[in-house]
Amino acid sequence: MKIKQNIAISESGFLFDPATGHSFTTNPSGLRIMQLLREGKNKSTILEQLAQEFDTEHDTLERDVNDYLNMLNYFKLTQS
Amino acid sequence: MATSKKPYERPVIQRLNAGVTGKFGQPSVTASVSNIDGNSVDALIQQFGSPLFVISENTLTKTYRDAERAFTNRYPKVQLAWSYKTNYLDAVCRIYHRLGAWAEVVSGFEYEKALANGVEGSKIIFNGPGKSAAELEKAIHNQSLIHIDHADEFYVLRELVQQNGQSARVAIRVNMDCGIYPQWDRFGFNLENGEAFNMIEQICSVDEMHLEGLHCHIGTFVLSTQSYSIAAAKMSQLALQIKKQFSITIKYLDLGGGFASKNTLKGSFLQGQDANPSIDKYAEAICSAILKSGFNENELPLLILESGRALIDESGYLLGSVLSHKRLGDGRSALILDFGVNVLFTAFWYDHKISTTQVHGQWQEDMVLYGPLCMNIDVVREHITLPPLNKGDKVVVHNTGAYNMTQWMQFISMRPAVVLIDRNEKPHTIRLRETTATIQAQEKIPNHLTHG
Repeated sequence: MKIKQNIAISESGFLFDPATGHSFTTNPSGLRIMQLLREGKNKSTILEQLAQEFDTEHDTLERDVNDYLNMLNYFKLTQS
Repeated sequence: MATSKKPYERPVIQRLNAGVTGKFGQPSVTASVSNIDGNSVDALIQQFGSPLFVISENTLTKTYRDAERAFTNRYPKVQLAWSYKTNYLDAVCRIYHRLGAWAEVVSGFEYEKALANGVEGSKIIFNGPGKSAAELEKAIHNQSLIHIDHADEFYVLRELVQQNGQSARVAIRVNMDCGIYPQWDRFGFNLENGEAFNMIEQICSVDEMHLEGLHCHIGTFVLSTQSYSIAAAKMSQLALQIKKQFSITIKYLDLGGGFASKNTLKGSFLQGQDANPSIDKYAEAICSAILKSGFNENELPLLILESGRALIDESGYLLGSVLSHKRLGDGRSALILDFGVNVLFTAFWYDHKISTTQVHGQWQEDMVLYGPLCMNIDVVREHITLPPLNKGDKVVVHNTGAYNMTQWMQFISMRPAVVLIDRNEKPHTIRLRETTATIQAQEKIPNHLTHG
């Protein structure tokens, strides 16, 4: 999964989609996922990275990352 | 060197909606509640299980004292009667009785509970439309205050007192137009069409019946204090009319209950905490109306109040746990909690205030709260804004003291334990959590189904 190239992402978690004019906000863990996607990381690498950075269990992380990626699709922020 | 990990919060992304804000403005942020009367929520759940009802004796006592003060500051003769149907756990009832409350019961079952809780028969008010002959006989024997609800009850009562030659202390239940829509006219006898006065005439014709009071129950969660003012004025005029026509001094006026608690009714624009009348406003409306109605100072009737909800709602909490976070088809978040509408019956009426137990960041999201029942109606809140919660997180539902611990249903899952935190902040189990054995103890299997 990749984030569309034209999506602007600020360091504070503000996102702008120039194609639709929609703006979004994301929290720090969400922003970290966006950054890793931008770096071209796949889901398993993202999970490994987040597990190293955040204090949580693997199952929780896996479920939440799946949910977050689904929401990126739902908001049409991704490209194949 | 080991590096410490950052605290985790479920990743959330939200679309920003620019433009005019909705009529509800910004969503309110509810502060987390990790502690109830000196007991941590986590520790209570660990010790007594989840979900769990908790009752604060401190809050209960303070609310009772505040209500008592609100009325006694304005009127010389006041008696509160604890409404058993609101919460008839024995420990709860006994606290009210120790504070000075009489018992107000609406069934033989509640009547038995009141006696077992040590209430003198003469301090039990027997309301309700479903009293049996045997229950009435007991109430006559105990000199309880019997509030006659309908003509058939009067005839049964008349037969009993005439057969036994024992006198009964009675009142009639009066319904009237107090400006409330829809008007409650199902309890007692209507004032405006003359039915109430006709019944009073009949009661006065029976030597063994002593008409001591007048009772009304104008509604529930009544937000208009003016309605109580009208009810109190009409009841007073009726009492004065009885005095004039039958030379009977009405000893008490019972204005029933129906005062709102601090809960927020579904569909209400403002939060109940801010918008609902205080107990002082109800007291002012009722006491002023009686004092202005023309009673001689030495013949002022005793004022009885049977408020339940307003006295106990705030002292009750329901603690629970998140079973899962899930995503709905339209992108909304939803949480499945370990308690449903079978336990939190009042979720059908109120948008309950619900808090988390941990301090979260600034992130909040709109979500739906579901219970664990496999039923579509099992919705605890259709819409609420909460931090991103995950499996295992705890929540606290506020203002649950009234009706939940009586109207709850054993449906699909068991009813939880109830813990009372006493005035020294010590928790006590006052009702055990149900088990499969609790339910099965009531069942019987016919012989032909016992084998093979």
